[in-house]
Amino acid sequence: MKVPVEWLKSLVELPAEVTTAQLADRLTMYDLKLEEIIGGGVSGPLTVGRVLAISPEQQKNGKTINWCRVDLGAQNVDSVPDAPGDDVASRGIVCGAHNFAVGDLVVVALPGTYLAALDFEIGSRKTYGHVSDGMICSTTELGLPDDASSAAGILVLPAGSAAPGDDAIVLLGLGDQTLDLEVNPDRAYALSLRGVARDTALAFDLPFADPAEAVTLPTGDGGYPVRVEDPEGCPVFSTVVVTGIDPTRPTPDWLARRLTQAGMRSISLTVDISNYVMLELGQPNHCYDRAKVSGDLVVRRAEAGEQITTLDDVVRTLTPEDLVIADDSGVIGLAGVMGGASTEIGPDTTDVVVEAAHWDPTTIFRGERRHKLPSEAAKRYERGVDPALTLAGAARVAELLVELAGGRLEPGVTHVGTVRAPAPVTFAVDLPARISGVDITPELTQDVLERNGCVVERDGATFVVSPPTWRFDLNDPYDFVEEALRSAGYENVPSVLPTPTGGRGLSREQELRRRVGHVLAGAGLTEVTTLPFVGPAHLDRLGLAPTDERRRQVLLANPLSREEPGLTTTLLVGLLRAASLNVGRGHDVVQISEVGRVFLPAADEVAAPIYGVDARPTAEQLAALDAALPYQPHHVGLVLVGERERTGWDGPGRPAAWSDAVAVLRRVAQVLHVEVAVRAAQVAPYHPGRCAELVLADGTVVGHAGELHPAVAAEHGLPGRVGVGEIDLDLMLAAAPPIGPKPSFSTFPVAKEDLAFVVDEAVPAESVRSALAAASDLVESVRLFDVYTGDQVPQGRRSLAFSLRLRAPDRTLTDADIKAARDAAVRAAETEFSATLR
Amino acid sequence: MSAPNSDYDPVEVTPLHPDEIARVTSEALQAVTAATTLAEVKQVRIDHTGDRSPLALANREIGALPPQARKEAGQRIGQARGEVAQALATRTEELEAVESAARLLAETVDVTLPTDREVVGARHPITTIQELVADVFVAMGWEVAEGPEVEAEWLNFDAMNLGPDHPARTMQDTFWVASSGAAADGPGAQDSGKVLRTHTSPVQARSMLTRTPPIYVVCPGRVYRTDEADATHMPVFHQVEGLAIDEGLSMAHLKGTLDHFARAIYGDTMTTRFRPSYFPFTEPSAEVDLLCYVCHNEPSAVASCRTCGGEGWIEWGGCGVVNPRVLVACGVDPERYSGFAFGMGLDRTVTSRYDIADLRDLWDGDVRFTEPFGVGL
Repeated sequence: MKVPVEWLKSLVELPAEVTTAQLADRLTMYDLKLEEIIGGGVSGPLTVGRVLAISPEQQKNGKTINWCRVDLGAQNVDSVPDAPGDDVASRGIVCGAHNFAVGDLVVVALPGTYLAALDFEIGSRKTYGHVSDGMICSTTELGLPDDASSAAGILVLPAGSAAPGDDAIVLLGLGDQTLDLEVNPDRAYALSLRGVARDTALAFDLPFADPAEAVTLPTGDGGYPVRVEDPEGCPVFSTVVVTGIDPTRPTPDWLARRLTQAGMRSISLTVDISNYVMLELGQPNHCYDRAKVSGDLVVRRAEAGEQITTLDDVVRTLTPEDLVIADDSGVIGLAGVMGGASTEIGPDTTDVVVEAAHWDPTTIFRGERRHKLPSEAAKRYERGVDPALTLAGAARVAELLVELAGGRLEPGVTHVGTVRAPAPVTFAVDLPARISGVDITPELTQDVLERNGCVVERDGATFVVSPPTWRFDLNDPYDFVEEALRSAGYENVPSVLPTPTGGRGLSREQELRRRVGHVLAGAGLTEVTTLPFVGPAHLDRLGLAPTDERRRQVLLANPLSREEPGLTTTLLVGLLRAASLNVGRGHDVVQISEVGRVFLPAADEVAAPIYGVDARPTAEQLAALDAALPYQPHHVGLVLVGERERTGWDGPGRPAAWSDAVAVLRRVAQVLHVEVAVRAAQVAPYHPGRCAELVLADGTVVGHAGELHPAVAAEHGLPGRVGVGEIDLDLMLAAAPPIGPKPSFSTFPVAKEDLAFVVDEAVPAESVRSALAAASDLVESVRLFDVYTGDQVPQGRRSLAFSLRLRAPDRTLTDADIKAARDAAVRAAETEFSATLR
Repeated sequence: MSAPNSDYDPVEVTPLHPDEIARVTSEALQAVTAATTLAEVKQVRIDHTGDRSPLALANREIGALPPQARKEAGQRIGQARGEVAQALATRTEELEAVESAARLLAETVDVTLPTDREVVGARHPITTIQELVADVFVAMGWEVAEGPEVEAEWLNFDAMNLGPDHPARTMQDTFWVASSGAAADGPGAQDSGKVLRTHTSPVQARSMLTRTPPIYVVCPGRVYRTDEADATHMPVFHQVEGLAIDEGLSMAHLKGTLDHFARAIYGDTMTTRFRPSYFPFTEPSAEVDLLCYVCHNEPSAVASCRTCGGEGWIEWGGCGVVNPRVLVACGVDPERYSGFAFGMGLDRTVTSRYDIADLRDLWDGDVRFTEPFGVGL
């Protein structure tokens, strides 16, 4: 809401010493937050001048400047012998612009003028061989909006619009300041000078005279006939009639200036008056050319398919939800949103029907959005306009039509409907103090509320408060707390730390997720966060089969981009996108991870129910809400591009491989104390021969790791072999035991045995390893340390070399013990895998 | 070495004469001192303590003495041999130290060689700040609550006193989950009753619905609004909200909590201020500002401060006393309990502290953005 300070001061008598900045600060603490102070950027002797003579002078730098003699009326000096033309009382000024001629009226910043747009004070200075006694100004230099002159050079005032020596600050309104205030949705009343003035009076503890009460209300029947067929949508409707106006009269400067400063364009006298009253009192209104209205005004819902051409010359098709004003010809106005073209005031209009009504906020809100037609009127109606104001609003418009357009107020008024008084609210007198923590006395509360227009009755420890008709935000006891606190001062809220009874710290899942985050960073991965919006093309690039479950996305009704209509089902889309970006920016080593959610729709999607808010939903109802939501587990994803170990002076580098991806996810499982087994799998987007699935003890597959399919890597512009992996972290966390394994070790001597077996290539190394581990109780650990294929072993077979550590918990092993254990291991490998010992 | 025992005198045996012992001992000690390498020490040991050394030979002569003289001679020899042995040991130790030092010196490396073969990881600052904030509240006895990002409309809006006609429920701000069967932009597209949560407030609702007061929870998390991505807007961002429900809580407890939070994050001199504001889920509502952490609102610095734009204060978040309507919808008795809630963006907390001009940097995944943070902030 733009509030011209001059206008505001005409409604509240602010002490002269209150600066605009102080006013703004105070209103900000009164819940009318200052966005900015507009204007007021010029001070000093900015003066209208008339150019008497011009002498163009070519300069060495190729520029031509104009050495001018300018008549500045009372600001003239007696003689400027150096200036061109007759040496009369005037001033000499150098000007670089050329879009003016002798006789033009210009705006001169005389020495001592401060121009905020340039942020300096003009002085008298020697330039181009002359003493220039000021500056002829452009719109830009004056801080005015651009106009036709802006590109051409200086501002030339219309002939006859002013005289030399006139104060140009007053003429151009440059001294006026406007407060741009942010009005919160609950303070609809402050979308008017009336409302802001009331709050200003409260904030500065000044008396306030309501401008609505200054309007003389017409009485008697005989206004324009009105029929309200939908009193729900239109509780109150008032009309008065003014005849004999001259709509072609110019809008007075003071009114046009206030409108302009308030952010509205001056259009024509009748439109300007209508807008002026809306800004002044907050009552939107509409003027019909009475000659173009046929029959009664009827307020009703539109019939499906009815049409109206609105004032912006757009034909709109209506639905039965639209509330309209109609006459015998059909719909002539969209209630509370915009008037119709057919009854618009024109240059020939003489008689006017002035309408001011109260409309149902929700109807207006929906209509405005349905027709995508935001308007100043709708903005006010949807938040709430004082329903008791219709008559004063219409009368004020009529008053100004009489005063400024030469009209005559016809006797009689139409006033349909009744104003519903807001319901009284009861609350304890100490509630404001208890809830705000500020020492607000019941007396202060009562005083503040009464000055806000409330009727307050105190019954011992209880207030019964009837809010005024313009306050839609005073419905609950706490609403009055805010009102009282606004006066007591938010800055006076003390700082008291509450003392909770003691929490249980992070949840198990939260603590485990942190562990995983640290493990990933410790494994050399840089965490990224990626946007979850994904489309079919992204999933195509992963090579997902048409039937792949991950193609079933949670789709959005209003995605930002058609290419990304839904939420992701795999973190790999975002991670590969990020990896591409890094590679594209020249990074050879990109090892990144993400811990984030994916979104997997339920098998049969149902809508989430909507419940009332008057009571807690039942447990069943809450369960139904959760059941309607998609599965949204946290995943861990990773992509490894480039060297896993860098090439250095002490050894060659090692490129990232499928095994690094598996290793990182195994490490994640390890810190969670979750046993995972690894099996070969074939899943997109992995290399068909280099993909592992990670399996929990109960057989649940929690994710995959391995090498990215070379085609997918190429598709993403990733060089070399790329390691990737992704697991469902929620499943992992659920599988994590509440406490980790207990430490258990023997202090007796160890016996080490290395065994190499030749087995079929298809035999998984892990199978052999676990068979060896299980071969004897004495096997403490088995570790594979070498894999060999080549001349020394037959085609289709390979050598797996293991080192076994043998140890007993209770004794030193004898040679016989060791031999027995070794033989058992060899036997296990031979019988289970047809292995031969090398 | 003694001469042949031709003129055997049972009392006077030359090698055992004290002067002779002293002489050979002195010779031995000089030789030890003169040795400069371990090899030389070894030779000295052979020459002066070996089987053929004067002291060894002298020792052998003891038997030639009459029994009453043997003890004294034995002691003399023993002492001398001990002296020499000690000197040898000491010298050996000295030379070993010298030679070991020289050997190690020869192993000198260029310690400025790089040690960067291991790839170093880092955590995203948004992750870290969420943990940092959680820790501040956990230390106060609060707990950390979480909830889904695709959320029920009722929890995101209705339960938060954002009625069906609230402007925030229009397509402008909220991502709606498409209703299955309806065309994405056709009628009924929004009938799913599901949204991408526009704030972490539904977690507050869930906390009230699943816990019994007193409730003190903080909810960090990812939220969504339909803003096109640019330098200062993202369709996804992070918030932290807090909720306290207890008997006798007021705006003063809210202020105390936020002051403490601000000091924990920004240092002990930080303060906050309240400005009136409006949120459907709180009443009274306030904006909370932080004292500008660059200019501290000092008169000499504030006017030219670019961080706060000359305001002296930086907008931090919204807060207020929980609207009793929210308590009722979530099953909390407003007659018995009151509460407060607050919420602030975390992305801007990071970008403003680290002078990050473009919010998109948080989301692009360029490793150079995250690497400098390491695993902290």
